[in-house]
Amino acid sequence: MRVCLVSPDGGLAFDARRRATEPLAAIESDLARDLDLPTIWAAMADGDPHVWEVARAATLAPATEPRTVRYRQEVLADLRAHPEAARQLYAIACDATRAGDRTHEMLRRTPSSTLRRSAEVLETLLGQLRRLRAFAEAYDGNVTSEGLCAFVATLLSELDEPYFAEMAAHLSRARFKEGVVMSAQLGTGNRGAGYVLRTARDAPGRRRRGEERGATHSYSFDVHPRDEAGREGLARLQDRGLNLAANVLAQSTDHVLAFFAELRLEAAYYLGCLNLERRLSSLSAPRCTPDPVGAGTAVLSVSDVYDPALVLRTGSPAVGNDVEADEKMLVVVTGAGSGGKSTCLRALGLAQLMMQCGMQVCATRFRGSLCEAIFSHFPREEDPSTESGRFDEELSRMGRIAEHLTPHAMVLFNESFAGTGEREGAELARVIVSALVGAGIRVLYVTHRYDFAKSLFEQTATSALFLRAERRDDGERTFKIREGAPLSTSYAPDLFERIGGFGSARSVGV
Amino acid sequence: MRSAAANNAHAPQAGRLHLDAAWSYLQAVESLATALAAAAPTSRAMRALLSYTVDLTASERFCDLRSDCTRLRQSLASVRYSVHVRGARVTVASLDDEPDYCVEVRRTFERFGQGVTRDYRVPIADRERLDHVEARVLDGVAALFASEFDELGLFCTKWQDFVDPVVDRFRREVRFYLAYLSFTGPLRTAGLPMCYPEVRWRPEESWARDSYDLALARKLVLGGGAVVTNDFSLGARETLLVVSGANQGGKTTFARMFGQLHHLAALGCPVPGTGARIRLCDEIFTHFPREESPGSTGGRLEDDLRCIREILLTASPDSVLVVNELFTSTTRQDASFLGRKFVERVCEIGLIGVCVTFLEELTTMTASTVSMVSTVDPEDPSTRTFRVLRRPADGRSSTAELVRRHGLGSEQLAARLLR
Repeated sequence: MRVCLVSPDGGLAFDARRRATEPLAAIESDLARDLDLPTIWAAMADGDPHVWEVARAATLAPATEPRTVRYRQEVLADLRAHPEAARQLYAIACDATRAGDRTHEMLRRTPSSTLRRSAEVLETLLGQLRRLRAFAEAYDGNVTSEGLCAFVATLLSELDEPYFAEMAAHLSRARFKEGVVMSAQLGTGNRGAGYVLRTARDAPGRRRRGEERGATHSYSFDVHPRDEAGREGLARLQDRGLNLAANVLAQSTDHVLAFFAELRLEAAYYLGCLNLERRLSSLSAPRCTPDPVGAGTAVLSVSDVYDPALVLRTGSPAVGNDVEADEKMLVVVTGAGSGGKSTCLRALGLAQLMMQCGMQVCATRFRGSLCEAIFSHFPREEDPSTESGRFDEELSRMGRIAEHLTPHAMVLFNESFAGTGEREGAELARVIVSALVGAGIRVLYVTHRYDFAKSLFEQTATSALFLRAERRDDGERTFKIREGAPLSTSYAPDLFERIGGFGSARSVGV
Repeated sequence: MRSAAANNAHAPQAGRLHLDAAWSYLQAVESLATALAAAAPTSRAMRALLSYTVDLTASERFCDLRSDCTRLRQSLASVRYSVHVRGARVTVASLDDEPDYCVEVRRTFERFGQGVTRDYRVPIADRERLDHVEARVLDGVAALFASEFDELGLFCTKWQDFVDPVVDRFRREVRFYLAYLSFTGPLRTAGLPMCYPEVRWRPEESWARDSYDLALARKLVLGGGAVVTNDFSLGARETLLVVSGANQGGKTTFARMFGQLHHLAALGCPVPGTGARIRLCDEIFTHFPREESPGSTGGRLEDDLRCIREILLTASPDSVLVVNELFTSTTRQDASFLGRKFVERVCEIGLIGVCVTFLEELTTMTASTVSMVSTVDPEDPSTRTFRVLRRPADGRSSTAELVRRHGLGSEQLAARLLR
């Protein structure tokens, strides 16, 4: 019985066992930093550290199959219509896993203590399973997504009354009020060996009516209450049986706890998605369900895409942009400084990521091919503590990306290789871009370098999309990115003007 | 196992232990026969053993034991019973085919997945003897399965002595060989040579090459140190090795090596070295410095003398002598006198031996004495090489060398003072 809410085949789609304290791989932390994922995670978590962990794990392990993405979208749609469902599932799962946490390792573990502990936990878990059943009964027929329907159907068929009765029977038998019955064979020195615990149908000595058993068929003795060694031997003998019972019960408890842990993970994920949607809608930021296309195609068609992290941070709506890059593996964004180029890049990156996670994306329309992995290469501050210079650092980060590249990946470059002379940087960038695009990797490149952009434009005009940050004639920026060839003016003068210059001899009091 | 059986008074336990002992005996003999056949031994003793064990395993008595054992083991293996513990009452009964509890529990919970999970069993150690609760359970089983246990009793009576006496003797005797092999094992692993010496009765010459003190070598090898090997040779008419030289230079070790070689060769064991011809002796006499015994009336010298006298009176031309430091508790002059007397007598008797001494005049006394010297590194006279070589005693002690090196020898000092 698997939860299968996050992917149709079950299994952990992402490993949220990575605790918050565990550092991310360098590649992942680069992406998280560049796209400002922590803001997204915080919005998804809404204060719950477990949801935060799940959000982090999920966004760093996006799905790569359209089927999986659609599967999640449908489940999310269902849960959007019934928000208390997600909360309920999460609460049940949390209560269940908490019961498991309460069992701490005792200093001296004995078979009977292990048995008792496991029975206690299973008792609690039985209660949670009943709640799950109630949940399934409530939503049976009210959900439409493949995932939830299957989940509800599984719960209804597997967790029926006879099954609960079976579990309860095991729990009461685990008290072994009738004593312990074992079968055994003869081992070394004719001692007992190969003990197998048996379910006592009835206590020997209380024979079934009508069945006569002579005295030769059983042999009993009592251990005297003051016989210390005898009581010890008795306990050891009994422990042989209890040991087996404790083991199997504890292992079964572990299995049930594993099921609830999986439920908690998947419920947390959807809860996080819904939290994010709620935050964004409270800021009047529009969202849509994207249309995923299989990897290997070059589809990217977007309307009004914006950066959700920016919106969450500033609390005010952002400017959306359109991008039509079907059949164009390379997208180059040029234009005025602080004209919204980086923001646009982030918006596209986040939208791609969120689509692949199965969430809604921050746009009014989004249709794109899935990619195997997303990488980012954004500027970093020069770190005075490192020995390498900025260019060195950029190269090493690029090297890291190159190590992990797969076909059908997506790479976001933001002002890359600026830490060196224009010509060198341009040459390097050209080489890298053509290599990646040639290998079928989608490249989104933001640059202010005219020569580089121009040369790319001349080489690839039809197979690449060129966008330009808009600048009105009066110098104001609209943060809109429109299709256009690169322009040679760099708009530094009007930026200079806008910040008020560097002061003049007149303004310094003489 | 047999001794455990003997020590156990509880019949059902003892009986089973005896049965198991018999079973291991059967298997041991059979595997011995197979192993011997596979090894194709060349020595007379082992070949005889091989044919004996082959005959034994085919013998009627052996096959009888085997069939009895097998049958009884099978019948005991088929015994199954149930034991019910409730409070202070234990009930042993025949099996009623109740369902397996663990299987049932697992079946109920298997729908939750079968992921890897840990083992929660607490280890319960089995003690050598059954405690009395287990023993009473066993009594119950014996009562329930009376026929099987009666058979066990009969078996024990019938086969009280199942071990073939020859096999038993082999077991005792082979231990010596196995012990020696395991003792010398580390030495062989360290690359030290061992060989089978030629053992002769009164050979013209006797010698050994690249030999060493076995006991010291083992200690060194186990401690990670290096072993220095030495040779000795006694040519025609040479009988006594007189060893002198630097202190702590390996003279005593050399003497020990000589004695060990003769002893081990006479035992028939392989000896340290790459080759050796050793004289077979009738007795080995040793004289090492002893502590003064409080009971003796005379001083140490007298004790020394009396010991040597005893030795020389008892020794024969086929004996071997190992002497370490003669007559040290007297003046040089006296020691020299006594030493000469000693060597004369030794050469008269004609026995061979080694004598470690600081009395260098003994090294050249007769034609039968061979001078050997523990050498030092010519570059640095304070370093010992632990090599003992045939060489005339050089009289120069290492201290003299050291003194000379520092320019403090008498001529050197005189020359310096003149300046």
